[in-house]
Amino acid sequence: MTDQALVVFDGVAKRFGNFNAVEHMDLEIRKGEFLAIMGSSGCGKTTTLRMLAGLEAPTEGEIRLAGKRINDLPTWRRDTPMVWQSLALFPFLTVRENVEFSLRMRGVEKAERRQRVDKWLERMQITEFADRNVAHLSGGQRQRVALARSLVTEPEILLLDEPLSALDAHLKVRMQTVLSNLQKELGITFVYVTHSQSEAFSMADRVVIMSRGRIEQIGNPQEIYRAPRTRFVAEFLGSSNIFAGKVSAADGDAIRIATPSGEFDVARNPAKTLAKGDKATFVVSGDRVQLTNEKPTDAVNGVQASVVGEEFVGATAVIHLEGADGLELKAQKSHDELERLNLTPGAKIWMSWRTESSHILPGE
Amino acid sequence: MSDFNRNPLIDWALKLYIALAFAFIFAPIAASFVFSLNIDRFPSLPLGGFSTIWYEAVYADPLVWEGLRNTLIVGATVSVVATALGFGAAYTDFRYKFFGKPFYLALALLPPTIPVVILGLAMLAFLSNVHLSGEVHSVIIAHVVMCAPFAMAICRLRLSQMDPSLEAAAWNLGASEWMAMRHVIVPFCRPAIFAALFITMAVSFDEFAVSWFVSGLHETLPVKVLGFLQGQVSPRINVIGTFVFLASMTLVILAQILLMKRSVAPKAGGNASELLP
Repeated sequence: MTDQALVVFDGVAKRFGNFNAVEHMDLEIRKGEFLAIMGSSGCGKTTTLRMLAGLEAPTEGEIRLAGKRINDLPTWRRDTPMVWQSLALFPFLTVRENVEFSLRMRGVEKAERRQRVDKWLERMQITEFADRNVAHLSGGQRQRVALARSLVTEPEILLLDEPLSALDAHLKVRMQTVLSNLQKELGITFVYVTHSQSEAFSMADRVVIMSRGRIEQIGNPQEIYRAPRTRFVAEFLGSSNIFAGKVSAADGDAIRIATPSGEFDVARNPAKTLAKGDKATFVVSGDRVQLTNEKPTDAVNGVQASVVGEEFVGATAVIHLEGADGLELKAQKSHDELERLNLTPGAKIWMSWRTESSHILPGE
Repeated sequence: MSDFNRNPLIDWALKLYIALAFAFIFAPIAASFVFSLNIDRFPSLPLGGFSTIWYEAVYADPLVWEGLRNTLIVGATVSVVATALGFGAAYTDFRYKFFGKPFYLALALLPPTIPVVILGLAMLAFLSNVHLSGEVHSVIIAHVVMCAPFAMAICRLRLSQMDPSLEAAAWNLGASEWMAMRHVIVPFCRPAIFAALFITMAVSFDEFAVSWFVSGLHETLPVKVLGFLQGQVSPRINVIGTFVFLASMTLVILAQILLMKRSVAPKAGGNASELLP
């Protein structure tokens, strides 16, 4: 991966009538990176991808591909192939003819076409199905055909629009490995749109989180997970406890924030300077808290909450709690740890954390 | 439904009902066929004896041949023009959103709901005003108006089964709009296009009322049949009736096979299109 920008979104906006699908977006996509654009439905992630593919024209701003403005370049003159959510394989063509399609449209000679298609069929391990109708393939095989069809022109960038959403969980994980290996081997840029956190975080070098047409945060998965910038990101990632309040003291090692749930010491965030009286929001990740039946004697930060329920997540469980003021809290713990606790719904337990486990949201 | 849940009595009653319904529909046609092979001049029972003289008489009649020629020219031209128009209208509906689209659709699908006598009269009045009446092409124009909505309905149904991203996928893979039309939309619609060709040809083949108004001296076969009937009752009518029925049914059944194929394997038009060159 190099830091050279392959695609630049420069103040790009897209409106459909009165609806702002994308609002003033500045984004650089680097050469050779795996970028995931994540958000819930209607956040503008697919519109962003479609603008890059040339299927939508931006209302404002400029999109540059390899330094050239491509706003007005029709999609068939860009080499920005896309893997569709529905895969959009041509049902009346065989696997080979599907893969061959873009070469045929670009007027590549028959002999060369054959050789390049063979190479990609081989690479995606679908040679044996070459002469079959795509309707007769399994989900995983169809995925591979779609990838081969998009990559046969050897583009610099591949766009993927939730391509794995139709697969079952097991196949999904397998295809994630296929995709991320493929991206590393080819060294080309992948732009992957998804609403799934696990897909984005397991494959991407950088993740863009969007909400209501705006970019909420860009960063590598660890960064975003450990240091969410806004409340939206923290909520979207799902495992955080969010406290909002006012700074009551800002002169010590930590900042003291008064919230309706009590006063807490919060680690300073270099990205946000706070003075006494400022509004502040901080999060504590659900896997960094302790749960105890009695009030802990040593911890600085703790709240008493009542148990709402327990959610089984494989090796761990998420305990849903409710604070005195109705605040929703979550803790992720191993089953061993939970055995010591009284988790009957309604039971009162204590949730506590160390000051350095808290994170101030700089964007709030 | 498993056999376990079946009442044999109801089963048999339903089968009988279907048999009766078919008998009711097809008895006149069957009778026409039977009498066409009967030696008697007038259709009466008991049958007089097997003969093909009426077929020979029809075969030897130049007027019938002229009618058939007109019918075939009209049918072939109409099916091609009406299908082209119908496909275009269906694609417009599929691809574009525009102001007044429901109105456009209603107008495009309207002609078959107009009583044929009124349509025939209107066609005659209009075509004679622009000096286009009384010729073979008058019948063609009138039939295209009547048939295009059928072609549109068939193509529209097919397009509605198409993944909307298919066309965009073709553009994305380097196909211009024309190339996508040629390499994706038309191949996808191929079974429907053939079905539309057959259906419109069958409609044109059978159509009597409008042809009667606008054909003038260039009568099509159904108009000819009426001419025969007015002059004399001849078993030749049974012969022509049998022929027209067989021709129309063949076309409709061909169309039906194409339409059934695609509903068996939706979004897998390849199966049906493999049958065709």
